[in-house]
Amino acid sequence: MTAVLAMSWNMLPKDNPADPKTEDLAAQRLVQRVARNLDREAFAELFDAFAPRVKTFIIRKGASPDLAEDLVQETMINVWTKAGYYDPAKGSVLTWIFTIARNLRIDRIRRESSRPVSELGDFDPPSEAPAGEEILARKDEARSVARALSKIPPEQMEILTLSFIEDLPQAEIARRLNLPLGTVKSRMRLAYGHLRKNLEQPA
Amino acid sequence: MNIEHHLDAATLVAYAAGTLDEAFNVVVASHLDWCPACAEEARRAALLGGELIGKLAATPVSDECRSRTLGMLDTATLHRFPKAPSSGGELPEALEYLLKGKSLAELSWKRKAPGLALYDLPLSEASSGKLFLMRIAPGTAMPEHGHGGEEITLILSGAYNDRFGRYARGDVADLDESIEHQPIVEKDSACICLVATEAPTRFKSWPARLLQPLIGI
Repeated sequence: MTAVLAMSWNMLPKDNPADPKTEDLAAQRLVQRVARNLDREAFAELFDAFAPRVKTFIIRKGASPDLAEDLVQETMINVWTKAGYYDPAKGSVLTWIFTIARNLRIDRIRRESSRPVSELGDFDPPSEAPAGEEILARKDEARSVARALSKIPPEQMEILTLSFIEDLPQAEIARRLNLPLGTVKSRMRLAYGHLRKNLEQPA
Repeated sequence: MNIEHHLDAATLVAYAAGTLDEAFNVVVASHLDWCPACAEEARRAALLGGELIGKLAATPVSDECRSRTLGMLDTATLHRFPKAPSSGGELPEALEYLLKGKSLAELSWKRKAPGLALYDLPLSEASSGKLFLMRIAPGTAMPEHGHGGEEITLILSGAYNDRFGRYARGDVADLDESIEHQPIVEKDSACICLVATEAPTRFKSWPARLLQPLIGI
């Protein structure tokens, strides 16, 4: 299924809206409109494009639908207030929004302790706007990532899914799959190795 | 800074996924602050996550949640100005934050043994790890030891040598738990490191195990 999706992405004409990178460029323009003009229409479009997947992401971690919607709201408000920090050179809008969602989930836990929430893991301040060449390079990069993911064998994909979607630490993954910690780590290294190889030899 | 020893790819993936314990997160973030190569690797690892998340099915969001969110935009506090850039100073940003601006010299170090002082860093209750600074006097040879648990060490100043090479400012020892080594601190200055370990209830940190007979920590 994954492989089929990734292949069809690569075969799509460049401006097809289903192309993940074209979708991201459209999202980048929306984030820019929010950052520069406090454009509410652009924000509403971002909400409709991303909030439903953010909700799935949060529910996958066992949150009730009500709590999930609270966190969806909080995540999207952060998108509004922090739009000026988004830096296309660091990754897609999707990755940025899910970084925010993930940090909010972590903050929920920390809020119960007395220590103030740290800014750790937040996106760094924006660097200069990327040049046209860099945008093109990033477009190729997104395709390389999709291609890498399509080549990752199921046992490595399982580890990636448990990490990125279920947010499980390495030790917990090892317990759940009844594997030695070293095996979990080596599968992570191999999965990352696929990505590196695909990024360094773009098709 | 000439960094020779980097993070394990598995650690970078876990960091990008946000699943590292807070103690380890601080050490990794501190290394990334100083190491552009690992920062780029972490950025790439996050792309994998983005790609996986992009494939998630959509769950309908209620109209109520949508209109509530849109209704809050006017009152939300904007973060329009980028954070001050990292001072590029003596300490990485994540550590500076935890020390509330104090320098390493200003800390009340606890002497644990001749040549060895520790300073515990505060973590939230949610953390199951332990984070501390360790200062080892010039020329000290630590006994040969294994670690018996997860551990990552970042060198902040000074240098030591072991069978894996020379570890100096910016280098990170992200060693497999089965590995044994005998670090020897160089003669000209003390070596100060930032160390994350699993909680002592799950395993005894190696300074503790080394020194337990002497001082009973």
